[in-house]
Amino acid sequence: MALLAGDHAPQITDRLAQARRLHLGLWGLFFVCAVFSLSTGATTVSFGTLLHAISGGELEPVERVVLYDIRLPRLVLGALVGASLAVSGAVMQGLFRNPLADPGLVGVSAGAGLGAIIAIVLGAGASWLSFAGIYLVPLAAFAGGWASTVILYQVSTRRGRTSVATMLLAGIALGALAGAASGVLVYMADDAQLRDLTFWGLGSLAGATWAKIAAAGPIILAALLATPFLARGLNGLALGEAAAHHMGIAVQLVKNAAILSVAAATGAAVAVSGTIGFVGIVVPHLLRLATGPDHRMLLPNAALLGASLLVFADVISRVVIAPAELPIGIITAILGAPVFLWILLRRRSVIDL
Amino acid sequence: MIRALVILAAVASGPAAAADRVLAVGGAVTEIVYALGAGDKLVARDTTSSYPEQAQALPDVGYMRALSPEGVLSVAPDLIVAVEGAGPPETLEVLHSADIELVTVPEGYDAEAIARKIAVVGDALDLQPEAAALSAKVRAEVEAASATAQGRAEGQNRRVMFVLSTQGGRILASGTGTAADAVIALAGAQNAFSEFEGYKPLTDEAILKAAPDVILMMDRGGDHSQSDADLLAMPAIAQTPAGLEGEIVRMPGLYLLGFGPRTASAVSDLSDHLYGS
Repeated sequence: MALLAGDHAPQITDRLAQARRLHLGLWGLFFVCAVFSLSTGATTVSFGTLLHAISGGELEPVERVVLYDIRLPRLVLGALVGASLAVSGAVMQGLFRNPLADPGLVGVSAGAGLGAIIAIVLGAGASWLSFAGIYLVPLAAFAGGWASTVILYQVSTRRGRTSVATMLLAGIALGALAGAASGVLVYMADDAQLRDLTFWGLGSLAGATWAKIAAAGPIILAALLATPFLARGLNGLALGEAAAHHMGIAVQLVKNAAILSVAAATGAAVAVSGTIGFVGIVVPHLLRLATGPDHRMLLPNAALLGASLLVFADVISRVVIAPAELPIGIITAILGAPVFLWILLRRRSVIDL
Repeated sequence: MIRALVILAAVASGPAAAADRVLAVGGAVTEIVYALGAGDKLVARDTTSSYPEQAQALPDVGYMRALSPEGVLSVAPDLIVAVEGAGPPETLEVLHSADIELVTVPEGYDAEAIARKIAVVGDALDLQPEAAALSAKVRAEVEAASATAQGRAEGQNRRVMFVLSTQGGRILASGTGTAADAVIALAGAQNAFSEFEGYKPLTDEAILKAAPDVILMMDRGGDHSQSDADLLAMPAIAQTPAGLEGEIVRMPGLYLLGFGPRTASAVSDLSDHLYGS
């Protein structure tokens, strides 16, 4: 027994060092994905064009639009959305101590979906909403996501203490309610609106504009930058709330901060790109399998891997059936699911969840 | 490709010259471009543009409401002629910033609307005389076909149920305000459902109560359509007059519902199916 414990301690430090090395590798991966994203697409704008632009050369007007108004915003938005989904997933799995937890558990996805559907189906007829213009759907999705998180938080907080179990159950009830309301609106929708709803549900970065990045970027960045401060708290929570409390962790503060940052990051991400599934589950689990569950490195690594995965998936989505485009939610699932299954099967013994 | 970009730049900066590289979005729009004899100017089309056959050889930029900005730029159009509702708006905004001219063609479901579509497409392609001739011809044809159909229908006025899909045994049928409702009326028949707008799933009892004489469906070459026997076996349909008589009419979707240059012939065909030729 003593021998085992003795073996165990160096392994943990080893894994942290491993995670740090992986962190550097992930920066490299992200850089490669970013260059790939800027130099690949349906038009002939290529790596050569990119080098030409970086070295200060003149571009054709069309090349400039493709590079600066289409690919660069997609890269930035893809990186922000991918990072926020993956980090939010890791935080939720830590907070709920449940491997299946995803950002949807704080009610963001259901609420955002309902907000988007309301905007798509009823928004066209309400002229007083015209100030929002083409940003009506993202605004409504963000508002819907926030509203449902606030309700969920109120329901599950008693005397200043939030019960994650209540939150889990209330989240399911709230999701069902939002689903029913969405169902009524789907019934009212005409067929063009139904097509819009379907495409929104599959997610896309095709609508990436600098205006969207300016609106969603600061919220996502602020939430992402807050999460490293949660790492120690989440590590403590892995032992249970009581143990974490005795370790001197302000449990309620960690919960509040975690829920707030996840709602902000996911709400903004879903609002600008629709619902993109799977990133929040696959990325954190891949990293836990590779370098262990320590949140201090897990969270930054999840941000980088999530960003790389989504940027890469976006490139696939726009070249695979060019000049048309496949919704990105399909690509993330096709890329992520088999890899995830393969790892589960190979290392079944390790994941004793 | 380089040549295309050069041409594009030249056209964008110069005065409004006739477009040479045209992207057509919307089935009826593409048909009109071909009918005006400008098919050779098309460089791409959207998924809904399936007629004429030559159109299917063109690159497909995706579904008309989910166009990708770079996909559209990659075919280097200098003019986009798109039916109302094409988008999304973010894509149109980017295309606007790339100085590509966009002409929106209003949608509509009568002879007047088809004539207007042709006029707008003709203006966009700088083919006004051809467009004027075509729209006069098409309008006259549609009006004549409809008048003939009304004459034949005199005193019969059959009730038609247009079925969009029957997925999972649920029948999605057309109410008012749709292309299907309009073409049924032009062919001298009556839509079996006037209580609701758009396409809605119906209960079995509502279908029995509406008692359609004929079931009209899109002919999509197998993927989506059920066999007539399966359809007639559905409890909701079996006991209706259409079910008892086995009256099912199938016509190609774009031909029947496109409201383009072929609508007059679609109306005559539908009338033949309904009242015998």
